[in-house]
Amino acid sequence: MQWSLIIYCGMITFLTRFSMIALLKKDTFNKKTKMILSFVPSAIFPAIIFPLVFLDNSGDLNLENNPKILAAMFAVMIGYLSKNIYATIFSGLISYWILIFLIGY
Amino acid sequence: MNNKLKILIKGILDVSPLMIPVVPFGIIFGVIGMDLGIGPYMTFGMSIIVFGGASQIVLLQLFSGGASSLVILSSVGAVNSRHLLYGAVLSEHLSGLKLIWKIILSYIMVDQAFAVSNNYFKKNKKNKNKHYHLLATGFTCWIIWQISTLIGIFLGSIIPEELGLTFAIPITFLALLINDFKKLNNVIVMLVSGTIATLGYHLIPFKAYIIVAALSALLVALFITNINSKKI
Repeated sequence: MQWSLIIYCGMITFLTRFSMIALLKKDTFNKKTKMILSFVPSAIFPAIIFPLVFLDNSGDLNLENNPKILAAMFAVMIGYLSKNIYATIFSGLISYWILIFLIGY
Repeated sequence: MNNKLKILIKGILDVSPLMIPVVPFGIIFGVIGMDLGIGPYMTFGMSIIVFGGASQIVLLQLFSGGASSLVILSSVGAVNSRHLLYGAVLSEHLSGLKLIWKIILSYIMVDQAFAVSNNYFKKNKKNKNKHYHLLATGFTCWIIWQISTLIGIFLGSIIPEELGLTFAIPITFLALLINDFKKLNNVIVMLVSGTIATLGYHLIPFKAYIIVAALSALLVALFITNINSKKI
């Protein structure tokens, strides 16, 4: 990791926050643009989540003997039912640990 | 002055409940930074310089996977594109401020601060000190994020690698989506994005799978909203 990379990432993050505040006098985004931007988390986070869950360390698809899939599905279920961020994270991690340490997946 | 102090205190109180989930995120970030061998200074440096949970974890994740700087930067930009929306919404309330205020407030404008202060701005349009509210909510987030990063860095040097804490990355992002699990359109977009990223992990060059998958999924979102708006 290089400091310059961190600084560039910081600049990009800052600019996405600063640009609209600096440029616009009023909220000029139309409804449709807002609608699309509201989909950004749903569009980007799964692109991070899925490969980490479904692929093994060498990047190959691993659907059998993969405790991460079961643990992630359990976390999705708990998240869906509880709508609680804590419960989702802990249920995912704890079920993962149960699968790898107790059941020996 | 009294008025400003009151607004500052109100901001801190308003945002406090939202700090509860920020603490584990910060800790997880710190732990993972140490786990991936980034070291305490750079891990903490990221929290100070970038100050954005999702962006920082994407940065770590892609860097450890050997992605190029260009891919990392564009992915971080994509993760942050939601801030354009926040800025556009808040511009109405902040356009009269001096540049230095705009710079400071932009640096601390994270999701939680935006959500709470935007509500306050809507109710207090005429108060000329209302930006102190965003200063308080953003700075509260900042302090909590830095402290929890430090706790994570400390814990990361003790927690054994066998625990597989890198699995906390997908789980943490998953937890950020729970409010959208019940919306069919969002679930479709999520599945498109996830499937393209997984299948494209090897096929898409330069580790650009995150940005390619996200843009494709946004196209699908655009398509879905077009169909829906025609129905209405």
